[in-house]
Amino acid sequence: MKDCKSYSVAPPLADIALRNIWNLDMALDVNTRTETVELLSREADCLKHKLEEERKKLNDVTLANVAERLEEVTFLNIKPRRLLKGNQAKILCCDWSPDKRHIVSSSQDGKLLIWDAFTSAKEQTVTMPTTWVMACAYSPSGNLVACGGLDNKVTVFNISNPEEDPSAKKKTVGTHTNFMSCCLFPNSDQQILTGSGDATAALWDVESGQMLQSFHGHTGDIMSIDLSPSEIGNTFISGSCDKMLLLWDMRTGQSVQSFEGHLSDINSVKYHPSGDAVASGSDDSTCRMYDLRADKEVAVYSKESILFGVNSIDFSVSGRILFGGYTDYTINAWDSLKCERVSLLYGHENRVTSIKLSPDGTALASASWDASLRVWA
Amino acid sequence: MTDLDNITQHQIVYKKMEQLMDRMQDENTGISVRTVNKFRAKVPSVFTGTDLILWIMKNVDVDDQVEALYFANILSSHGYLFPVDDHFLNVKNDGSYYRFQTPYYWPSNIFEPENTDYAVYLCKRTMQNKKRLELADYEAENLAKLQKVLSRKWEFVFLQAEAQSKVDKKRDRMERKILDSQERAFWDVHRPMPGTIITTEIDYRKLKRYKESATLANGDINNLLLPIQLPVKNNISKPTIESIKKDITAMRLKLDRRNIKLSKIADTYITYFEQYAEYDPFFTPPEFSNPWLLDNVEVWDCDKHSSMFLYRKEVTVRRIKRWAFSLKELLADPAGKEHFTKFLEKEFSCENLKFWEAVQNLKKLPQREVPKAAEEIWTEYLSGDSLNIDSQSRELSRKNMSAPDRWAFDIAAVCNRTFSLCKIKNGVQEMINRK
Repeated sequence: MKDCKSYSVAPPLADIALRNIWNLDMALDVNTRTETVELLSREADCLKHKLEEERKKLNDVTLANVAERLEEVTFLNIKPRRLLKGNQAKILCCDWSPDKRHIVSSSQDGKLLIWDAFTSAKEQTVTMPTTWVMACAYSPSGNLVACGGLDNKVTVFNISNPEEDPSAKKKTVGTHTNFMSCCLFPNSDQQILTGSGDATAALWDVESGQMLQSFHGHTGDIMSIDLSPSEIGNTFISGSCDKMLLLWDMRTGQSVQSFEGHLSDINSVKYHPSGDAVASGSDDSTCRMYDLRADKEVAVYSKESILFGVNSIDFSVSGRILFGGYTDYTINAWDSLKCERVSLLYGHENRVTSIKLSPDGTALASASWDASLRVWA
Repeated sequence: MTDLDNITQHQIVYKKMEQLMDRMQDENTGISVRTVNKFRAKVPSVFTGTDLILWIMKNVDVDDQVEALYFANILSSHGYLFPVDDHFLNVKNDGSYYRFQTPYYWPSNIFEPENTDYAVYLCKRTMQNKKRLELADYEAENLAKLQKVLSRKWEFVFLQAEAQSKVDKKRDRMERKILDSQERAFWDVHRPMPGTIITTEIDYRKLKRYKESATLANGDINNLLLPIQLPVKNNISKPTIESIKKDITAMRLKLDRRNIKLSKIADTYITYFEQYAEYDPFFTPPEFSNPWLLDNVEVWDCDKHSSMFLYRKEVTVRRIKRWAFSLKELLADPAGKEHFTKFLEKEFSCENLKFWEAVQNLKKLPQREVPKAAEEIWTEYLSGDSLNIDSQSRELSRKNMSAPDRWAFDIAAVCNRTFSLCKIKNGVQEMINRK
């Protein structure tokens, strides 16, 4: 009963939330007695020290050590299989349709394109009234796509009928006070989760445009969000230019866990397919992995020869391979367990902005400033 | 490494490249720079592409020659080293000659030079009357355009160019050769040949923030003698009582957590990998050929008609095995869901699954329909005793019903789920055995 067991280890989120509240009360209680900056900082330092001690105790081994018993990944033969050209401008984001063969892409010139990646054909074009469409996403049914960017808005198009002009059925669902950097449909066509340069994330009701929940806590632009793959799917992770990852409970709007370690902007976050860990990619040219159960960083993926930042990351189905799209025009494939690079994919001629594993894990799509999309397998 | 607060994406990279350039130009361990004879003319201070690649292979952790060459090209595209006589900043692994850029022209020092400076530079080259300084076609076009745009300032541009050209003429011949090429390479980075990538371009999402913190050079490049300091963190706010309190609370929370040792965690990743390697197309080929490799979409068609295949008993053992991993896996596969429902019907516990699905479905509804659907779930599953739910979560659900939202029954569903889960393994095992 693997699943049952994992449950007894990670308490349900409600439990965590309850403990949060309890702790908050405790802390406030103590602090009312010692209300000076000096005393408080001393206490903070003391706690920091204690936390470090505790973490050391948990670091009984390194991930790479344990993974030594695994065979090396030497058989990867990933090659570019499709080249999708037709955009005139930098492509900023892409996403797979749940049908596993269509891709939506958004670009700097305000175009939203729907591709049949399998035949490399462009099927639909939507022109947005804004430039720099930074994010786009397919809905779980494949009938809707959401996009937005510099217009601070998230707009939904119905693309289910190829005969009809999608912009005829366009709907503005939500508005931020700064650019919208990322969006996704959380398991339903009826809601959209967005992240923004205004340092907040928000959950919107598609039909009414009502904001169901907002998420405050970051102190810098949110660059990326990802939904928990667990079957309950009530949590998501966000990465920001404040160099923090925050784990959110969608029901309460509270952040329940935070991770730090990056030295510069976080550009991309992604859950490990098990849902027990999250990975991130940053301008400090590293990818990192954080474990929810250990509450800390468990791996760093970096190399001296990699100088540029990571813009987008994704895991293979088994979680063993972590792909990263870099500003130096390459895609690096890391062995997430042995913490070594196993493959370096050349092909793009400008920075790689977005990479996504296809829903069945058979291929990886990449979008780039060189105005092309590529499918690797 | 230090904190990289408010330093632009580019500055982080430039810093690393510059450390590398220092190593590359080290007297003892760097690349040896020499003067060579080419067509009876002396070419000062150069090294070959081969020298460069060899050095990178030896000193940087690249995997192979291909990566070393790629790495060299990145350095040259940012103007840290450049081909002696080509506007195209490209490196070849052969005997062609390259030169180092002087730190004065490193991109970290001068981020965005102005058009006036470019005009002065181009203008100067037309005055010098030398073959190697002749303008390329695109440069001539640029000069013409600038002359129009800057017509009011043109006298100033001309005088500047003249003055600079005079200074240049007084320099030693070899020195001039080097300086000319370095200046050219600088402009090849900042005003590249058409069709080449502008490496200094900033990600739009970060532009605004950088503008706030950057007081970088945008004036006359010739006045810039010293490297500009990296923008420092401009708003180091003093910790307030509130901010420290917040930190303390966060840290207490972290201390209070029951955390698991890394050794155990590492094992779970490995177990997960071992379990799923069979289903990861990068490790095990899919059962039907990978559509991207063999132009065959059988695997997708098969997915679409999964239930049809089911009746023809074509669901493979490999697929069924996956159902046993988790409830999510089971329900994600239409065939698995169908089987599971049938199985539960037989066991008279179908209600559990239905409740689970109803609760999950509640979250997917438009806001408008949520209260009504919540009401229905309550009446159907929770008001009676049909489900195996502990009194605590039942009570919580009852409370939530006063203002039902999409998460009203989550806790109840999770409790009930544990029960349903225990059935899965048996059910799936039975299915596999039957095969």
